[in-house]
Amino acid sequence: MEISLEFSGGAELLFDNNKKHDVILPDQKEKWNIKNLLVWMKDNMLRERPELFLQGETVRPGILVLVNDADWELVGELEYEIQSKDRIVFISTLHGG
Amino acid sequence: MDELQLLKDELSKRDAEIAKLKMALQEKEKQLSLRTDVTEEALKPLKQVNKLSNESISRYSRQLILPELGVTGQVKLTNSSVLIVGAGGLGCPSAVYLAAAGIGRLGIVDYDEVELSNLHRQILHTEDRVGMSKSQSVATTCHRLNSGVEYVPYHLALDSCNALPIISQYDIVLDATDNVATRYLLNDACVIAGKTLVSGSALRFEGQLTVYNYENGPCYRCLYPKPPPPQTVTNCSDGGVVGVVPGIIGCMQALEAIKIASGIKSSFGQRMLLFDAIDGTFRCVKLRGRQPSCPVCGDAPTITQLIDYEQFCGAKASDKDKAMNILEKEQRMSAKEYKTILEEKKPHILVDVRQPVELEICQLPNTKTINIPVSSLQKEEKISELRDRINQLKSNGDDKVPIVVVCRRGNDSQSAVNTLKQQLLDNNIEIKDIKGGLHSWSKNVDHNFPQY
Repeated sequence: MEISLEFSGGAELLFDNNKKHDVILPDQKEKWNIKNLLVWMKDNMLRERPELFLQGETVRPGILVLVNDADWELVGELEYEIQSKDRIVFISTLHGG
Repeated sequence: MDELQLLKDELSKRDAEIAKLKMALQEKEKQLSLRTDVTEEALKPLKQVNKLSNESISRYSRQLILPELGVTGQVKLTNSSVLIVGAGGLGCPSAVYLAAAGIGRLGIVDYDEVELSNLHRQILHTEDRVGMSKSQSVATTCHRLNSGVEYVPYHLALDSCNALPIISQYDIVLDATDNVATRYLLNDACVIAGKTLVSGSALRFEGQLTVYNYENGPCYRCLYPKPPPPQTVTNCSDGGVVGVVPGIIGCMQALEAIKIASGIKSSFGQRMLLFDAIDGTFRCVKLRGRQPSCPVCGDAPTITQLIDYEQFCGAKASDKDKAMNILEKEQRMSAKEYKTILEEKKPHILVDVRQPVELEICQLPNTKTINIPVSSLQKEEKISELRDRINQLKSNGDDKVPIVVVCRRGNDSQSAVNTLKQQLLDNNIEIKDIKGGLHSWSKNVDHNFPQY
């Protein structure tokens, strides 16, 4: 299943400093949701210092997740069932001024 | 010849006049109707008007003829007060547009003084105001643009004691701060006082904007119930920022405040604007609604008075970097000690752990410096380069190979010493960092060495 993963606010620094990654999720028995996407990302994309991105089974505090330009809270957070062509964005909140 | 002398005389006469005028100007500025050292004491209620003077009609004519704003909107603006917290990269542009638009009262909070490294983005301060209070500086500049606005500079740090008494006196609050602790403090204070919070932030080439606690929408805590781990937070001093990025976000904050004050609704309640200056994109995303479980704005709030926000966030309520002490005394050397090592040509390896772009700014006078950015200390190819150098030095004798680690301020270098020690466990080395880093080198060894 093809989806697009995007990073901003500095979260891209943990992913080869690349803001957009088009990825293909391998077929699996279970349905793909954000919870197992995060595990897949940890195993396949996150090379170093996973604690700067993940905390337990979810993203660390201060990272906002968007599914097709909407807050993931509106679509079920970790349980959201990923659809082909979804655009999932991970935004690190900025605090500077 | 006579003519030359005449011109010289004329010039010195004019110089004297200019000096006199400058003195007079300074005097005038002191006498301005600006308040100084205002604390949280109650202000007189803002004088309410119900019509515009002829002068105001001329001054604001270009916005008065907009049907969305009109006389009604302008009167509402004149009767409104806005508090800007942070007189920096966001606060400067928002203050100047609110002043220009004719807001009734503008409060400006900042504990800090103007520094040279602020001026690329904090555009209301000036070179001759380095060292002056930022809130005073913003008020002075805005007063020159529009003397019809009442300015209230607060030269203080907003904290759990003074936040509510100050905030309660304003209609709208702008979060133009630079640290996590103050952002939570402002959010909670605005929820408790029932004020809308127009929040902006910026770093590197990106900016974010949201309006919190607006028309039953979410507050900052609804989005971020838990503060980020302190090691994941980057400030402008460490991460860098392009001046115009907070400039754009600050202008947006002023715009939303003007819309709210004049009766046009804000576009960013329960929405977030994401600005990416590298890609040239503005993206607007839909946020969650107010969370019934929110500890401050939820249905059964547990936070009903302000708490200790530095403790809650595990971080200071400022963006100033403070000196850390991770290493023992004997694992550190002073900049002067390192100068001696260089002068005596003692064999050693210097590891600079800053980003490559920072080495372009300045570096220590050692032609064989190895650059391993602190974020790459785990990378094997970097470590093997270092191992090769250790082995080269080793062939010259049996003593421990001295390794010296340096960074900008002497914080990263300490954690780097610990990481490198682990990586080089089986090597016979003695590793130390330079206390205070390049800043200390500039201060104590070479005064011509740049500081950034």
